[in-house]
Amino acid sequence: MATVTNPSTASTGSLTAKALREATFTAVMTFLMFVLFVGLKTDQNMRNELILVPRWGLLAIFVIIAFVGRFAMVAWLQPWRTARKAAKDAAPAQTTDAGFVKRNFSKLAILALVLYPPIILSLFGAQGSLKYIDNFGIQILIYVMLAWGLNIVVGLAGLLDLGYVAFYAVGAYSYALLSINFGFSFWILLPLAGILSAFWGIILGFPVLRLKGDYLAIVTLAFGEIIRLVLINWQDVTQGTFGISGIPKITLFGIPFDASPHGFAKIFNLPMSSAYYKVFLFYLILLLCLLTAFVTIRLRRLPIGRAWEALREDEIACRSLGINTVTTKLTAFAIGAMFGGFAGSFFAARQGFVSPESFVFLESAVILSIVVLGGMGSLTGIAIAAIAMVGGTELLREMDFLKHIFGPDFTPELYRMLIFGLAMITMMLVRPRGFVGSREPTAFLFERKNVSGSFTKEGHG
Amino acid sequence: MSAMASTMNNDAILKVEHLSMRFGGLMAINDLSFEVRRGEITALIGPNGAGKTTVFNCITGFYKPTMGMISMQQKDGKSFFLERMADFEVTRDAKVARTFQNIRLFSGLTLLENLLVAQHNALMKASGYTVLGLLGFKSYKDASKEATEKARYWLEKASLIDRADDPAGDLPYGAQRRLEIARAMCTGPELLCLDEPAAGLNPRESQELNKLLRSIRADNGTSLLLIEHDMSVVMEISDHVVVLEYGQKISDGDPAHVKNDPRVIAAYLGVDDDEVETVRHEVEEGAN
Ligand SMILES: Nc1ncnc2c1ncn2[C@@H]1O[C@H](COP(=O)(O)OP(=O)(O)OP(=O)(O)O)[C@@H](O)[C@H]1O
Ligand SMILES: [Mg+2]
Repeated sequence: MATVTNPSTASTGSLTAKALREATFTAVMTFLMFVLFVGLKTDQNMRNELILVPRWGLLAIFVIIAFVGRFAMVAWLQPWRTARKAAKDAAPAQTTDAGFVKRNFSKLAILALVLYPPIILSLFGAQGSLKYIDNFGIQILIYVMLAWGLNIVVGLAGLLDLGYVAFYAVGAYSYALLSINFGFSFWILLPLAGILSAFWGIILGFPVLRLKGDYLAIVTLAFGEIIRLVLINWQDVTQGTFGISGIPKITLFGIPFDASPHGFAKIFNLPMSSAYYKVFLFYLILLLCLLTAFVTIRLRRLPIGRAWEALREDEIACRSLGINTVTTKLTAFAIGAMFGGFAGSFFAARQGFVSPESFVFLESAVILSIVVLGGMGSLTGIAIAAIAMVGGTELLREMDFLKHIFGPDFTPELYRMLIFGLAMITMMLVRPRGFVGSREPTAFLFERKNVSGSFTKEGHG
Repeated sequence: MSAMASTMNNDAILKVEHLSMRFGGLMAINDLSFEVRRGEITALIGPNGAGKTTVFNCITGFYKPTMGMISMQQKDGKSFFLERMADFEVTRDAKVARTFQNIRLFSGLTLLENLLVAQHNALMKASGYTVLGLLGFKSYKDASKEATEKARYWLEKASLIDRADDPAGDLPYGAQRRLEIARAMCTGPELLCLDEPAAGLNPRESQELNKLLRSIRADNGTSLLLIEHDMSVVMEISDHVVVLEYGQKISDGDPAHVKNDPRVIAAYLGVDDDEVETVRHEVEEGAN
């Protein structure tokens, strides 16, 4: 940066002046915009009268943030970005070998995940680690798995599905109902839940085969809502909004995680703690995630996976090459739904309780956001996006210090959606193709070159 | 003409009989009959809006014709009625492949991947409909290698081999046309239908294309049916020309015959029907 701004030391002064001017303007605009929304609040007093409560302090914070933000952007961020761009253009296109970390990223990531529970356990002890393993570990991995599942439908086949949570629900309720009513174990029900979800994926697939774009999105959205409404209203079976509780826990091939003499702790001579079950669940969902990734990577190199991506690029061309687009779409729906079902049955077993409230549209939206944010089609990008979005939400819960700033009533989680939205917008402006915008080809003749996101399509069906 | 028709019948690969296609009040094709003979390059020409692309869409199953019959006769004697088949079946079972007037490539896939997608059905079978492939069986690996070799062959033939690992959307226009033809050939067709393959090409690219088309016919035994506007291309490479105007056939024969047909000249020069006679006289006098 220094090299570029040096010749224009004289203009630095004018830059500051310009920044001050723009920042003042922005501050005034912010004041005008927020003076009625934030500066004044309508409230009721003790006598039930409507009164105006001024909040000048809060308004001042808004204005100051706007001023400082605009100043920083004009004075520092913009020159820095132009300088960086100039430096980038000036530098010859260098093709340095990717670093060790970059080359072995997925292996290192898996290793880190495998080592995560023991490290956390040794750092925080059995009780203190619950939060990190459960809220941060398992929770994020569930979303990684869901997003990887949806990625098959949206990222690869290019079919915009807004009702993905329906398959999650089918998996969860399949496990809940079948394990309570028939006493089947998790290991039987996991594949069964996957098959049932896949079946529902095909049921959804048939009516939407001829739909494209917006219409497809609306119908899948409706499908998600129908499933949720059925769960609410079919009270004899699902107990409606009360949900189903007392869902049996998962056993380690018959060894239960409880205080009984045959329990895990007794057998291995360990002190009784719920942490072992959580660690077990962590490894289980990690395994399920790896299975999803493995299958997705394999499928992409098989004709069916290539046909999905071709479908995303151009459906008519697919048909002209003798590809049956009906079965191709249905398999995408079915396999995507199957992974949703796996995740659902895991979710039910982990919570011990399912209710329709867990399967609202917002969940579909979050999963879809993760896929889009990660870069459609890229497993690594999606995993990073899941960590950022789900981990970010969990992190907000932890930010107690914010209470000292904004007062004791302040609950950071409530701002989650606002922050989500802002993060999404920023992300889409900075990297419109998601974290990982390029596509890795599934085969190569001479050298593997990633395909820039500007050539790939988002799909339209 | 009738004597010619009888010899045609013996080795016709595609027979279009009394084909009509109506869009609302518009008769896009009206009672069209013609044949494509095996091992020949047949050109379908006509002014803009004559219904050429519509004929292609009927042959390849993208449109269901209002009336008429389209039959395909394969080398081994199997025959298919294309108007009864779905678009993907026409390529998969009847072995009729096509390209599009406005190029339709998988722009985000590499050239190699484009050609592998074209071999979907063969690879699908080899991968045991995904199951065996997912388990990593050797049969799929072999088939996959074979498919890559076939792709390499076509990339070389279309002189695209040095761009094999680049995205198709990154190619210049002329190369995209050649890739689309190579991709259609990877489906292993007996009849290849090309919709204006030379449109937008410069003379050098046009020559390359002619070479590619001739070698497709000579080396691979594929018959060709092509729509073309450029008369010089048509005259140079086609063995047989069918001329359409307003959805009806106005001429049919070898290039020399069609070139001198007064109705064709009238159609291309935009002469009224009653002036056709005068044009015919002029042509005949010119010939004498
Ligand atoms: N799907 C459709 N719906 C309605 N009309 C159509 C449709 N497809 C084609 N037509 C009409 O049919 C007529 C023939 O169109 P077609 O595209 O077959 O012409 P063409 O000979 O290929 O012309 P060009 O040389 O411009 O490609 C045109 O009048 C066109 O508007
Ligand atoms: Mg046309």
